[in-house]
Amino acid sequence: MKVVLRNPRRELELSGAKSVNDLLARLELSREAHLVIRNGTLVPGDGRLADTDEVEIRPVISGGAA
Amino acid sequence: MSKCKVCREPAIIDLPRHNANFCGDHLQQLCRRQVEKAISDFEMLRPDDRVLVAVSGGKDSLAVWDILLELGYNADGLYIGLGIGDYSDISGRYVRAFADERGLTLRTIDLREDYGYDVPTAARATRRVPCSACGLSKRRLFDDAARDGGYDVVVTGHNLDDEAAVLLGNTLRWDIDYLARQLPVLPATSGFPKKAKPLVRLTEREMAAWCIVRGIDYQVEECPMAAGNRHLGYKETLNQLEARSPGSKASFYLSFLDRMAPLLVGHSQAATDGLNGCERCGAPTTGEVCAFCRLVATASAHEQVPVEMMGRRR
Repeated sequence: MKVVLRNPRRELELSGAKSVNDLLARLELSREAHLVIRNGTLVPGDGRLADTDEVEIRPVISGGAA
Repeated sequence: MSKCKVCREPAIIDLPRHNANFCGDHLQQLCRRQVEKAISDFEMLRPDDRVLVAVSGGKDSLAVWDILLELGYNADGLYIGLGIGDYSDISGRYVRAFADERGLTLRTIDLREDYGYDVPTAARATRRVPCSACGLSKRRLFDDAARDGGYDVVVTGHNLDDEAAVLLGNTLRWDIDYLARQLPVLPATSGFPKKAKPLVRLTEREMAAWCIVRGIDYQVEECPMAAGNRHLGYKETLNQLEARSPGSKASFYLSFLDRMAPLLVGHSQAATDGLNGCERCGAPTTGEVCAFCRLVATASAHEQVPVEMMGRRR
C-alpha cells in the first residue's frame, strides 16, 4: 500500500499490513500520537487495510511550550 | 471491524482511555460534551459572553472556535502573524479560510508590521528559546486585543496533552509558582482579561479527529521553531505512559486540578499581589518595565533574522 507520512511529507510503499494497529506497529509509531486516514475518512485501530489502499498517517502532536 | 459504542454503526476511531470506539457523529457528541463539562465545571463562560478565540491555524484553536460556535457562543477570532517564514504565511491562510467560509469576524495582528519584530529575531536578540519570546508576545497581545475589543474572555486551544505536559515539567522542577497558576480558567484581574481553556478534557488526537470529521483544513506541519523542544519531549513521555495505561494523562492532570490545585490557591494569590504598572505601557509587572516592553525594545532594534538562520546559532 501507499503510505503518506507528514512532518516532513514523504511517501513509502508497504505490503502485508493487515490493520491500522499493525501498520503503526511496523513503523514504530505511537497510536496515541497518530491518526490514519483513508479516502478522507479516519480508520480505527482494528480497521482492515489492503495492499491496494492509499493511507495517510497524520501526526497529532504539536505545540511549543508557551 | 469495531462498532460505535453508542449507535453500533461502524466506528472511525478507537479511544482507549474511554475503552470505547465511536462513529463520526458520536465522536462529535463526545467532544461537545467534554467542552460543555469543562466550561461548566470551571465556570469558564457565560452564555452572553463576548469571546475572543486565539487562533493559530492549527487543529486545536480552529477546533475550539468551531465547537464554541456549535454550542452557541458569540466568538470572534484573533490571529497573530509571528513572522516565522513560510510557516506563518501558511498558518494565516488556514485561519482566514476558516473564518471566510463561515462569515466569522477575524482580528489580525502582525508582529513585524505592528511591533517591528518577529519571533526568530526576538529569539536571537534576547538569546531566549523561540517559544519563550513567542509565548510572551502572544499572551500580551491576547490581553490587549481582548481589552481593546471589549471581550469578556480570551479562549485558547490548549488541550489535555498540552496541560499534562506543562504539569509534568512544572512538577519535575516543583515550580510552585507555575503550578499554582496552571489552571484551566484564570479570572479577570486588574489589567488582565479572563482566560479559559475549554479543551482541557480532550486530547490532541481527539482534536485532530474532530477537524478531520468536520472537514476543517488545518496546518499539520509543526512549527520549525518548536522542533525538539522540551515540551514535545514531555508529550512523548506521557504518551508512552498512556500506551501502557490508558487514561494516565487525564488522571494526572484532572486529579491535579481536583486535589492539588486547591491547596495552592493562597500561593496563586500571592503571585499576583504586589504588581506595579509598567512605566512604559501601564501593564501589570513585578519590575519597572514589563517583560513585553523590554522584548519589543530589544527585538525591534535588532537586525531581522530569517527563520532559516535559526538552526545555525541559537
